[in-house]
Amino acid sequence: MGSDEVIEMQDVWKSYPNGAHALQGVSVKIDRNEFVYVVGPSGAGKSTFMKLIYREEVPTKGQISVNGFNIGKLKPRKIPYVRRNIGVVFQDFRLLPKLTAYENVAFAMEVIETPTKQMKKRVMEVLELVGLREKAGRQPAQLSGGEQQRIAIARAIVNNPSVIIADEPTGNLDPETSWDIMQLLDEINFRGTTIVMATHNKDIVNKMRKRVIAIENGQIVRDQVRGEYGYDF
Amino acid sequence: MDMTFRTFLRHMREGVKSIFRNGWMSVASITSIVISLFILGVFILLVLNVNALADKADSNVQVSAYLNLNVDQELRERVEKEIAIMPEVKEIRFVSKDEGMKDLTESFGTEGQDLLDGFTNEDTNPLPDSFIINVVEPTTVPAVAQKVESLNETYPEKPIMRVKYGEGTVEKLFEITKYVRNIGFIFVAGLGLMSMFLISNTIRVTILARRREISIMKLVGATNTFIRWPFFVEGALIGLIGSLITVGALFLGYSQLHQALIGDITLSQSLIPLSEIWHLLGGLLLLLGMLIGIWGSTMSIRKSLKV
Repeated sequence: MGSDEVIEMQDVWKSYPNGAHALQGVSVKIDRNEFVYVVGPSGAGKSTFMKLIYREEVPTKGQISVNGFNIGKLKPRKIPYVRRNIGVVFQDFRLLPKLTAYENVAFAMEVIETPTKQMKKRVMEVLELVGLREKAGRQPAQLSGGEQQRIAIARAIVNNPSVIIADEPTGNLDPETSWDIMQLLDEINFRGTTIVMATHNKDIVNKMRKRVIAIENGQIVRDQVRGEYGYDF
Repeated sequence: MDMTFRTFLRHMREGVKSIFRNGWMSVASITSIVISLFILGVFILLVLNVNALADKADSNVQVSAYLNLNVDQELRERVEKEIAIMPEVKEIRFVSKDEGMKDLTESFGTEGQDLLDGFTNEDTNPLPDSFIINVVEPTTVPAVAQKVESLNETYPEKPIMRVKYGEGTVEKLFEITKYVRNIGFIFVAGLGLMSMFLISNTIRVTILARRREISIMKLVGATNTFIRWPFFVEGALIGLIGSLITVGALFLGYSQLHQALIGDITLSQSLIPLSEIWHLLGGLLLLLGMLIGIWGSTMSIRKSLKV
């Protein structure tokens, strides 16, 4: 495996207990610093593809390595340590509701036992980067959808992960806010973080051209550099 | 992974904060612990007091058999022997009328001396000779008394003038003790079930609220230990707060009861003083409260922690 590969899948299959075959023989390599869109119809296997990367699911067959770790063979005890090098962003933000914006971001650093002083500095730094320094003391319920997603992104990048997995990050946002979020992700990518983003947003994919991987019926049917969305939905 | 002191402090802080963040859920948890422990505390106090009462009664249950004045020494010794061989009887002691008067004088104290003045010499002493009979098993007191009384049927001289023992209070006491114990158990079993239900319900609600939170924590890379600690601290604190409230309420109520009973000397004296039991009862309830709290919070996150 080359040192530039952040994610590599080799003939990955995933079936669920209910009999659904979510992925059927997927092989792909994603290099350091790439920005990849994952597109395709609902239920085609995009989410499974993403979940396998951050070890929410285990492949039925095949091998996945992320940052050089064989993810499928990972002992449950080791999972937290691998996740610390992967930032995740979701459509529904997934912030801890009772914590403030600051505390939500800081949580990711407390987990790796960062010294307090260093943590305060870094959290304010990323809050600055996502433009929410002044709203650090607010709880998620007091923030707009776009702001909550910014906090989620701040949390995802605070520990300088090598890769960010974003599952429909703009799915709950209006077009204008979506563009703001995309600018932010682009900036993060520019600073050296690999981004894998599942999306249904045709507009974004076609305007902000990046590598496009299309999944249909559990298989990769298209993999284009600077590709386009390619669907009508 | 060894925990740094900083992280340990963080868990403590988070545990405390969490109680406030969870607001009404914390109040509900504390309430259910208070209710359960209060029931238990009342029961313990009840049992302790009933036992103490029974003990006191145990040491008091003697049968006094007063002899008729016409009983001579030979007859008295025969009767004494006959009573002594009854299987229920532990010991029998003869108390002559002189000794009886001495006992009486002593128990009257200095102030009562005058009252007895004219009766203390041998000729004027109005007391009869008597036997003091101690039984092995307190519950057999009434039976022994009856047996002694029926000696009048075997001896034509009818040596027994009168048999005395607690005059019904003994039977009543044992009856009450039995009822209190039985009813107490049923009462506590029922209410205990109710409080278990209360606590497990609180836990169930918390499980739902926490499942999502825990899944988020895990996505960020928190280990199970890291997630568990603040919950552990929170549970212990909730248990501690709950048991402190309970102990406070229980002790206040008990001393109020003591106050209210002061008018009635026998009742207030038969209540165990708080100073004799507070450390044991308080310690037990605090310990139990914390255990329940920790158990509850552990239960509420256990399922969510499974990978």
